[in-house]
Amino acid sequence: MLKDWINKGRLKSPWIVHFDCGSCNGCDIEVLACLTPIYDVERFGIINIGDPKHADVLLVTGTVNHRNKHVLKNIYDQMPSPKAVIAMGACGLSGGVFREAYNVVGGVDKVIPVDVYVRGCPPKPEAIIDGVVLALEKVKALLEAAG
Amino acid sequence: MGKLLLATVAVILAPIVGGLIAGLDRKITARLQSRYGPPILQPFYDVFKLLGKSPMTMNPWQILSVWVYLISSALTVFLFFMGSDLLLIFFVMTIGAVFFVMGALSTHSPYAQIGAQRELVTMLTYEPLIILVFVAIAMVTGSFKVSDAFGLSKPLLYQLPLMFIVLGYALTIKLRKSPFDISACHHAHQEIVRGVLTEYSGPQLAMIEIAHWYDVIFVLGLCALFWTTSFWGCVILLAVTYFAELLIDNVTARMNYKWMLKTVWGWGLALSVLNLLWLYAG
Ligand code: SF4
Repeated sequence: MLKDWINKGRLKSPWIVHFDCGSCNGCDIEVLACLTPIYDVERFGIINIGDPKHADVLLVTGTVNHRNKHVLKNIYDQMPSPKAVIAMGACGLSGGVFREAYNVVGGVDKVIPVDVYVRGCPPKPEAIIDGVVLALEKVKALLEAAG
Repeated sequence: MGKLLLATVAVILAPIVGGLIAGLDRKITARLQSRYGPPILQPFYDVFKLLGKSPMTMNPWQILSVWVYLISSALTVFLFFMGSDLLLIFFVMTIGAVFFVMGALSTHSPYAQIGAQRELVTMLTYEPLIILVFVAIAMVTGSFKVSDAFGLSKPLLYQLPLMFIVLGYALTIKLRKSPFDISACHHAHQEIVRGVLTEYSGPQLAMIEIAHWYDVIFVLGLCALFWTTSFWGCVILLAVTYFAELLIDNVTARMNYKWMLKTVWGWGLALSVLNLLWLYAG
């Protein structure tokens, strides 16, 4: 019974910590747009929280490079499980226009496991919300598999 | 016997009512910002999710602190509905608040340290005011007992209107509403991350949330003391007070602690002295 409630809560309240791995700010503004009254992600229980220790979903924007990959890994490790990772924008997916640069690792998934990829440069707020919903469906599938 | 039963039922029901109030709070806040807002049950979803997360504590102190905070918050509600002594309730409440800060201080995170210092300042701000409110209640009823305040024939608000405003100040700080949410704003994002709550996570955070719901019920109970003669009068007073809190929360920005000390002590003490003098003369 308690487990059912916990599982229900997991699907209904994804708290997001947003980490910017040196994005051009395009993606970040789109993330913040999700919080505005037009999109109002809080109605799904989504809160943009500043603290990885409270968060369930890590939303990464921008290009991962050799300097900030440690920070990214650190933030990921600080999140208590169960957790999900969403990589956002062309930069987060592969390095985008910067992927040839000497310091770029290329893609969030080179450093930490990514559950959902959101395409675009920058992605629309609708796509970001879709991404979170998709991440929750993955969590749901995992929960069902675990029984 | 009847009192004991009432108090036990209150302790069991308080988190449920507190959670619903928190849900309504978020919904109304969203509406005031012309958003749709989360479902009323959202705080419960949050707490259950947090209970299911893997624990990540820094040291055993944190766990102890959280338990003491939760138990003392529940105990304040229990004592209140037992009609117990207001000063005793005040001391139990303070112990909880102090342990909450100690848990944050026991970690090495600078964010938690700053948050804990700020929480101490907020405690320093609201506690004298609450004591003054209790003294004023005692001056009217002749004792510090909650049950005596419930036995009055005339609402306390008639004699202590200014004290109610003072309690409102304390209430805003205790509920962590703007402009006094300097230690841990409920939606603080980047400034000091979440202040005193930074190092609490998972089940501990859930317990803090539940303890906070107990606090809300207790604080609303204190407000209810000001209109004990009729049920509906009391309900209307509480609803209006809470809505005013929400409105203030939404129209004000966070201020710094010096401003808070100056304003709250300045106005709070002035209003208290005025009201006490009036009582004394009248
Ligand atoms: S994907 Fe596009 S918008 Fe997003 S950070 Fe990269 S360049 Fe900027």
